[in-house]
Amino acid sequence: MNSRGLRSQLKDSVPVAGLCPQGAYGLQDSLRSGFSSVKNELLPSHPLELSEKNFQLNQDKMNMSTLRNIQGLHAPLKLQMEYRAARQIQRLPFLQSSNLALDTLKGSDDVIGFEDILNDPAQSEVMGEPHMMVEYKLGLL
Amino acid sequence: MATLTVSRPPFSGFSFDNCKRNALLEAEANKVGCGLPAARKTGTTICGLVYKDGVILGADTRATEGMVVADKNCSKIHYISPNIYCCGAGTAADTEMTTQIISSNLELHALSTGRLPRVATANRMLKQMLFRYQGYIGAALVLGGVDCNGPHLYSIYPHGSTDKLPYVTMGSGSLAAMAVFEDRYKPDMEEDEAKQMVRDAIAAGIFNDLGSGSNIDLCVITKGKVDYIRPHDEANKKGVRTGDYKYKRGTTGVLTKMVTPLALEVVEETIQTMDTS
Repeated sequence: MNSRGLRSQLKDSVPVAGLCPQGAYGLQDSLRSGFSSVKNELLPSHPLELSEKNFQLNQDKMNMSTLRNIQGLHAPLKLQMEYRAARQIQRLPFLQSSNLALDTLKGSDDVIGFEDILNDPAQSEVMGEPHMMVEYKLGLL
Repeated sequence: MATLTVSRPPFSGFSFDNCKRNALLEAEANKVGCGLPAARKTGTTICGLVYKDGVILGADTRATEGMVVADKNCSKIHYISPNIYCCGAGTAADTEMTTQIISSNLELHALSTGRLPRVATANRMLKQMLFRYQGYIGAALVLGGVDCNGPHLYSIYPHGSTDKLPYVTMGSGSLAAMAVFEDRYKPDMEEDEAKQMVRDAIAAGIFNDLGSGSNIDLCVITKGKVDYIRPHDEANKKGVRTGDYKYKRGTTGVLTKMVTPLALEVVEETIQTMDTS
């Protein structure tokens, strides 16, 4: 069931910024990301950047701990198990999946926010190269 | 062959990728002496009032972009739900999008509960969203409506604080409008008296504040009925020209007249078909 190779798991768990520029051939892409400096990599570019990146995680943590305090340990455990099961239903690695089951479980299927209007991943103009994405997922890369 | 990289799917919602580049561009522009273009603000007078049967919301109709009037007749009273309307001051795009998102969320919520939405629900949704973005969404709102508990009026500030009051004003002309309210407000007024007072408050903002102008829009919300009066009062009409520079026929005397007919003959006639499908 856990079809991700060890190497891809390790890579995702240790995000190292600043050592490898993101442009093609490993060169700094000045047009898209501006001039490179160590300060740019370490500090957030906007006061809201960190808060927004972790917003959903923090909300989930808060809700789970409230649930644990009210209903006991079984409630968050059962919910987490259902989320994990729903998260496994995905399309191929390079295609964006709708996450319908996960949305229904979380209750975000009847809420509209900026994440549904701006930068919708289903309508992004770039797609990962299919062979690379599948090899990365399987750990063959 | 270019190197291939594994790309992560883009994060949905706000993207902060261009912030550093924008900061750099702004610094460069300021060094040269020019500035970046300003966002369109509404530089506004908006106000709300609770009277005997319900709520009256009023707004002016000028949208400014720096020192220039961008829109002489913009609509600042936004629809949230059939019984709730919201006036917006601050950055025009922010107020538009925020009220539209909250309107959609309220509609979904009402479908889920099966009841008419309450003003307190809209208020809480707005304040939670504005607090999440720590004031970077520049929307100052006056939210009013009538629900099962009676008429309610809230003012919501860009950082997320709210006040529940019988009369509120917001925007750059809020002090002028508040002066009118503080002088003449009484609880449980009649509709005509209340409409006249809101009109006078907005007019005070229009004539005493540079950021507000043009017409006065009113929205009267009662239990079961909404009266969106746009415009209620055209306080600033464009002047009518009193003089005319056209000369009458016969002003210039005609001395001689010579008529030369041009004989033209048709040489070639072609038809080009257009694809009008």
